Amino acid sequence: MSARAVRRTRRIQAFRSSAGLFVRNRMGITGLAILIVFVLMALFADVLAPEARLSVTNAPGAPLQPPSARFWLGTDELGRSVLDLVIQGSQISLLVGFLATAISMLIGALVGIVAGYFGGWVDVILMRFTDWFLVIPFLPLAIVLAAILGRSLFVIALVIGVTTWPGTARVVRAQVLTLKERPYVERARALGAGDRQIIGRHILPNVFPLIFANTILVVAVAILTEATLSFLGLGDPFSVSWGSILESAFAEGAISLGAWWYLVPPGLCIVLVVLGFTMCGYAFDEILDPRLRKR
Amino acid sequence: MNGTLLEIKNLRVFYEVRGVKAPAVDGVDLLLRTGDALGLAGESGCGKSTLALACLGLLPRNATVEGSVRFKDMEVVSAKPGRLRALRWAGISMVFQGAMSAFNPVKRVGDQVVEAILLHEDVSRSEARSRMRELFERVGIAPRRAGDYPHEFSGGMRQRVMIAMALACNPPLVIADEPTTALDVMIQAQILNLLAELREERNIALLVITHDLSVLAQVADQVAIMYAGRIVEEGSASEILTTPRHPYSRSLVGAFPVVGDPASRGVPTGLPGDPPDPAARPPGCAFHPRCPNAFEPCDRIDPALERHGSHLAACHLVAREAES
Amino acid sequence: MLVLNFFLFRILPGDPERTLTRLQRVSPSTIDEVKKELGLDRPLPIQFFDYLGDTARGELGVSYVFSRPVSEVIADALWPTIMLVGVATVGATVIGTLIGIWGAWRRGSAIDTASLGFGLVTYAMPEFWLGMLLILGFAVALDWFPTSFMSTPGLTDATAGVHLVDTLEHLFLPALTLVLALLGEYALIMRSSVIEAMNEDYVTTARAKGMREALVLRRHVVPNALLPVVTLAALNLGFIVSGEITVETVFSWPGLGQLTFRAINGGPDYPLLQGLFLLFSVAVIFANLVADLLLGLLDPRIGRV
Repeated sequence: MSARAVRRTRRIQAFRSSAGLFVRNRMGITGLAILIVFVLMALFADVLAPEARLSVTNAPGAPLQPPSARFWLGTDELGRSVLDLVIQGSQISLLVGFLATAISMLIGALVGIVAGYFGGWVDVILMRFTDWFLVIPFLPLAIVLAAILGRSLFVIALVIGVTTWPGTARVVRAQVLTLKERPYVERARALGAGDRQIIGRHILPNVFPLIFANTILVVAVAILTEATLSFLGLGDPFSVSWGSILESAFAEGAISLGAWWYLVPPGLCIVLVVLGFTMCGYAFDEILDPRLRKR
Repeated sequence: MNGTLLEIKNLRVFYEVRGVKAPAVDGVDLLLRTGDALGLAGESGCGKSTLALACLGLLPRNATVEGSVRFKDMEVVSAKPGRLRALRWAGISMVFQGAMSAFNPVKRVGDQVVEAILLHEDVSRSEARSRMRELFERVGIAPRRAGDYPHEFSGGMRQRVMIAMALACNPPLVIADEPTTALDVMIQAQILNLLAELREERNIALLVITHDLSVLAQVADQVAIMYAGRIVEEGSASEILTTPRHPYSRSLVGAFPVVGDPASRGVPTGLPGDPPDPAARPPGCAFHPRCPNAFEPCDRIDPALERHGSHLAACHLVAREAES
Repeated sequence: MLVLNFFLFRILPGDPERTLTRLQRVSPSTIDEVKKELGLDRPLPIQFFDYLGDTARGELGVSYVFSRPVSEVIADALWPTIMLVGVATVGATVIGTLIGIWGAWRRGSAIDTASLGFGLVTYAMPEFWLGMLLILGFAVALDWFPTSFMSTPGLTDATAGVHLVDTLEHLFLPALTLVLALLGEYALIMRSSVIEAMNEDYVTTARAKGMREALVLRRHVVPNALLPVVTLAALNLGFIVSGEITVETVFSWPGLGQLTFRAINGGPDYPLLQGLFLLFSVAVIFANLVADLLLGLLDPRIGRV
């Protein structure tokens, strides 16, 4: 078989065995199940909770009603079904979470690989830069950036991405440093392979599982951060996300009115989704690092 | 003054890993009397450290112990925790290998020694401290260094502190597990000298465990060679080290140059292969796959440890030679 | 560290520049006036030095929302925040550490699994949501605690003792929220640190000396296990800040977090935000320094400065 074919079969085998381990891991499967539910919810949001029902001016129900047969989760201050709001909210919350994570991972992985691989002063400068970002408390930074750049979903995603990439960069760099010393890299270099080739063929594929596991955990953080930013009023005022639902609830005094149906569901969704990602992330950690596996 | 201190009978220690029970120690008998110096030698993984830990009841939770380890009149294997704790250090103490990790890095060495004393004896702290300083002096460490931390010592000095700590409660038996590994040759000689002196002075029984036979030449009267969890040869130190009979002992002796003679530190004549996996012991004699002298019964019948004149050996070859 | 601080300042003057270009949609003539007043028509490096000078003198500009000097506004809100954060951090650290130790000691037991699960869930919760739930539960439904603010209006003439009790009553729920939010991570880190420490050789030595397990734990394991926790806790400071901002908002606790919230929504109030950002960053940097020093003290292997 050609070298490439051998590599591919090996990768498929590795993937299959990891997948097998994952399935047997209770935490991972539970996490995955939760996530599937929510992703489906987000994908079919427009069907399950049509936009029309969420119209601000033409709300279907009376304001702030507790759950009833017609409105399973009650209504908000405008008379809209909270259930509908929550379902719709999943779209934005998840979307922003993924987008932010993509940004974060891209920057983080890039910085990590470049710093780790090239070393020297490139490494020092990049790491100083990373450390600086790590030290700055992210929320104030996020607030200032969002306040300046305006209130839109993209800005939020950008802000989250910009404040979370250092963690990934560090982890990736550490991995690249160990990989760099491996014999096959030396061999490749002795054979005259260029930097790009080495990175592409040898380093990237081995760093990838780590990046993947990290990504999962970053998504969880991103979703939490989005909720926080929306709650504080930095989100897009025209879109519905779980954080913004909580913002409205808070602003309308849902607490003092005892309108628990308005407050509990969005938060609960956040908790479940974050838990889902975290559990999957831990499951992956266990697969990647056999030391963590239970005997 | 020849009371029996330590009597090990048919000791077996199993480790359970992933559902499989593998014997690290597979039927060992040993006897130590007051003032004896027994050396236990073998490659890594032959079970000697496990044996040492078993004497103090320090085995991890996944270990099962069968057989008997008697210290004076106390059975260690089934001892109650209270009595076991009383035994530790005051009855039997240990000099661990790798003194760097054996010491707590965030505590001063003096305190760690004093701690040992205070655990077993009802003395004031100041008295314990002065005893500690005496011990330090005896092993060749300036008493003012008691306030230093482990990482501030060189390897040899740390080992000396380790020895001082082992003597803190005046135990009649000290087990030294690889006391000179990772030390350079000159320091090794010093440490071994120290051990020999201390043994004379205080009439302490020593059990020295090592994979380096040259170490035993300086310290031990009796030597036992261990392989795959069992003793395969045992006799006086001079006999074993000059005329070993068991093929394994022979290659061990041949593999180690003399301490104090840097010139003889060349490439040792090693043995092909590795020691067997405890979970997968070869049939017959455990050593036969690597033995240059293996012949017919070796792969079928497991040789028992038998007395041949002044020493013991578990080998068909030795038995055959003894007959003739 | 000082280098980082310096870079920090560099970014801030960039803000007024940009914010004012947005204000340009207001009206051109006012812009010129404002510009001159704020000294923004002077070249950038001079602006920067002005800013440094002003900041050093404590002049942080005037808040839009409050129409008072920023430094005053911040100073007023400082104490409540310190109180809340102080209590919560101490609480979370102590309780979290204890839970972590216990969980590691009784590893695999029901309590261990329960505390792990608990930590996982609290980590997943947005702390402001938790706060709101707690208010709903304890303050609204059960009426055990007041729902917000730091003191009950109308108590200004009461004695110091009554004040204290009143403040504590108000402090309880927000502090509880923060503690619960921070707790999980401390417990988790401490737990794995203890487990790792228990596998070290010096623990075997301690046991060989005849020490009881509990004593081994206390004297040898915990001091060593605490070291990585301090480092990690320092890295978490950003999280504490964010948690604190949202919790103050939910509870209308009159501290810096609440201030931040109002600065965002009432404007946005750029001078105030800048000032707050500065303060937060300085605080975190300072806290990091403290953590480094603490580690140097605790671990003799690290060279003393």
